[in-house]
Amino acid sequence: MNNFVLLEYAAWGISALLGLWMLADLIYTDRTYSEEMLTSSQEGDIEDSLVIDPTQQGGQK
Amino acid sequence: MSQTTAVHGERISLLRVLGPGHVWALGVGIVLVGEYMGWNFAVGKGGAIAALVACWFAGLLYTCVAMIDSEVTSTVAAAGGQYAQAKHIIGPLMAFNVGLFLVFAYTMLEAANAITLGYLVQTVGSMSGFENTHDKPFIVLTIMFLAWLNYRGVYATLTFNLVITAIAFVAIWVLFFAVQPWSDVYMKHDQLLTGLPYGWLGVLAAMHFGMWYYLGIEGTTQAAEEVRSPARALPLGTMTGIMTLLIAATMTWYICAGLMPWEYLGQAVTPLFDAARLTDSTVLMVLLFIGTIFSTLASANGCINDASRAWFSMGRDRYLPQAFGAVHPKYRTPYRSIVFLVPVALVFAIFAPLDQVITFSILSGLLEYTFMAFNVLMFRKKWPLGTIPRGYVHPFHPLPAIVLLILCTATYFAVFLGYGTQLIAMMVFYIMASLWFALHRYKFVRRGAQFTMPWPKPVGY
Repeated sequence: MNNFVLLEYAAWGISALLGLWMLADLIYTDRTYSEEMLTSSQEGDIEDSLVIDPTQQGGQK
Repeated sequence: MSQTTAVHGERISLLRVLGPGHVWALGVGIVLVGEYMGWNFAVGKGGAIAALVACWFAGLLYTCVAMIDSEVTSTVAAAGGQYAQAKHIIGPLMAFNVGLFLVFAYTMLEAANAITLGYLVQTVGSMSGFENTHDKPFIVLTIMFLAWLNYRGVYATLTFNLVITAIAFVAIWVLFFAVQPWSDVYMKHDQLLTGLPYGWLGVLAAMHFGMWYYLGIEGTTQAAEEVRSPARALPLGTMTGIMTLLIAATMTWYICAGLMPWEYLGQAVTPLFDAARLTDSTVLMVLLFIGTIFSTLASANGCINDASRAWFSMGRDRYLPQAFGAVHPKYRTPYRSIVFLVPVALVFAIFAPLDQVITFSILSGLLEYTFMAFNVLMFRKKWPLGTIPRGYVHPFHPLPAIVLLILCTATYFAVFLGYGTQLIAMMVFYIMASLWFALHRYKFVRRGAQFTMPWPKPVGY
């Protein structure tokens, strides 16, 4: 097994980890929050203060 | 920049954290790979001079696109970009089609970039003496890594794009000065420019790949709900983006056409890297190789950003299942749309031939530009200047729209010359999708709620 083959295995491994991470987070998020809240986004008005970065609005960290 | 877990009561929105630099990075980042590879197939279609004519005419086409886009999107500042524009200005069926054009143009381009990156890494492995190298692991890694980055937040994603796009752009400048364009030490234009080998038909055919110099600059509009000041940042980022690309395209043509005969240049895989090799400078070769990798990464990254925003917007309006309209409460990204489009990109990147994937992307883009010409004509007619506030007003209306339509028509013909079957197949696909939308899906659409802009009634209604 040469170094390039190791690199290929590493690429497969990292890809699988990233994919699993996204899937796990997606499932966790979907189970933690209500569907109504997750899909509550509204098309953005330029001057709608509700869609401005919450750190500027005293939002929680 | 810290991300937040905050929600406002029961509402979540995409995060407004981007500035004009990010908008520039999104637009130029998607396109700059076209300077590193792809544009030169225009040389194969009609010779080096034909590729220059195509560079100028395609540049004119995209300047019209950027001007029109800047005006409309500074008013319709919503994720989904041209999809949201079509929804407000023309109607739901057009919007559905434009949404699909966007998703397919960007997802196919993402797949093409991943294929290219896999090929480049595999080539490096082969040149280093390794046997039985494969490209698939690196194709998959490219898509998975960039999808993960997009999932985690728009600020980091587009800051990453800003850095790698700037490096790739600077690399072209460095090569331009290194080949001393003011002298004939490297440049041999007088010997290499041999007229039009296939006549004016070759010039027309070159338009197909001439689009590659600029394809994707209109993607800046997808950031509309994530920029701090849409009315200022979107026109600024888009217009500086097209200027950057006009400069980069002209420099690229000048360097490559002065170093390589058209017979070679017309089928080269990495023309700018090949140009660096001809200088015998290791530093330049390394720099242009890095530029090639970075431009490919930046393009795929921007494409994931744009395709997911278009898909997300369509889900939010129920043009697609509403679940796709979800926003991640922590990262504030359209996370379900990002994840959903990963397998789509993987399937095309692993199983489809590169030229078919690229052609599907080009044709979807071309349909989108045709829509934009009609869109701006209707926009100015329904809401004349002075009736609604605009962040930018493009000059010489309706001339840019007319020029855009003429150039799109010429490019359809150019594509038909080389890929007529694909053109017809794709038209059939979009007609079938339209029928599905009109007969089945439209009943789920929130017909009143989808119109969100605080505009007066259009003239004549």
